[in-house]
Amino acid sequence: MTVKEVVKALNLECLTGGEELDREVNGGYCGDLLSWVMSKAQSGNAWITIMSNINIVAVAVLTDVSCIILCEDVTPEEDCIQKAEEQGVVILKSSMSAFELANKIGNLI
Amino acid sequence: MTDEILSLNYQVNGSDLQSAGVASSDVKKVLRKLGVSPEIIRKVAISMYEAEINMVIHANGGTIDVSISPEQIKVVLADNGPGIANIDLAMKEGYSTAPQTIREMGFGAGMGLPNIKKYADIMNITSELGKGTTVEIIVNIPQ
Ligand SMILES: Nc1ncnc2c1ncn2[C@@H]1O[C@H](COP(=O)(O)OP(=O)(O)OP(=O)(O)O)[C@@H](O)[C@H]1O
Ligand SMILES: [Mg+2]
Repeated sequence: MTVKEVVKALNLECLTGGEELDREVNGGYCGDLLSWVMSKAQSGNAWITIMSNINIVAVAVLTDVSCIILCEDVTPEEDCIQKAEEQGVVILKSSMSAFELANKIGNLI
Repeated sequence: MTDEILSLNYQVNGSDLQSAGVASSDVKKVLRKLGVSPEIIRKVAISMYEAEINMVIHANGGTIDVSISPEQIKVVLADNGPGIANIDLAMKEGYSTAPQTIREMGFGAGMGLPNIKKYADIMNITSELGKGTTVEIIVNIPQ
């Protein structure tokens, strides 16, 4: 399933993302400690987190996740959105908890 | 072709946590253009990022020299920070001296150096208190 299809199915808010929305979501990783995410998130995963500062963009680029999903209605800082746009990183947003999101995405893909 | 080496150099600004990771992201792009395999790029990206971030958070910045040959990718990160008193202790999973403000940003799990150890083929770390720290990372490219 593509990022775009996940966005539609779960009614996620799309904060950034262009052609990257066509990437395949092959699984997911939940975590807020960046060095855990660096080591464990796999290329193509949806990364679910409440971390919303600019450093999540570099982590997403380097782990090559297909998207970042901010849960619990967390709002990223403006510089974070800007950097994500520059780097081609998809940032999505939802009011659901990490558990709910992971559960729903797990059922979708 | 064995002696063909591409060198990249970066200056890492210690007061700028906003752009931390830029050097690692750039190296990733270069390796991708060179056609290096995703597994090798992953090993370099994780280990270099952790060392780059450490340099910003713990050592007020420094310099990074990257050399890429057909056999290996070598990254040397040198800073003039406070140094590490006990390297064995610093290498332990969960050990961190990161202050609260830094932890709130998602750092400080004490997993950075262990990640480097795990993903680099060779990791050398030398440090002198009051002088600085040098981390050398080598990732071999299977022939
Ligand atoms: N370049 C450095 N200069 C001085 N001290 C360092 C340097 N790199 C690491 N350290 C010390 O080693 C400790 C462990 O580093 P490590 O990268 O494993 O964890 P961390 O940076 O605290 O947290 P994390 O990497 O999980 O965000 C640091 O907390 C710090 O005390
Ligand atoms: Mg670290």
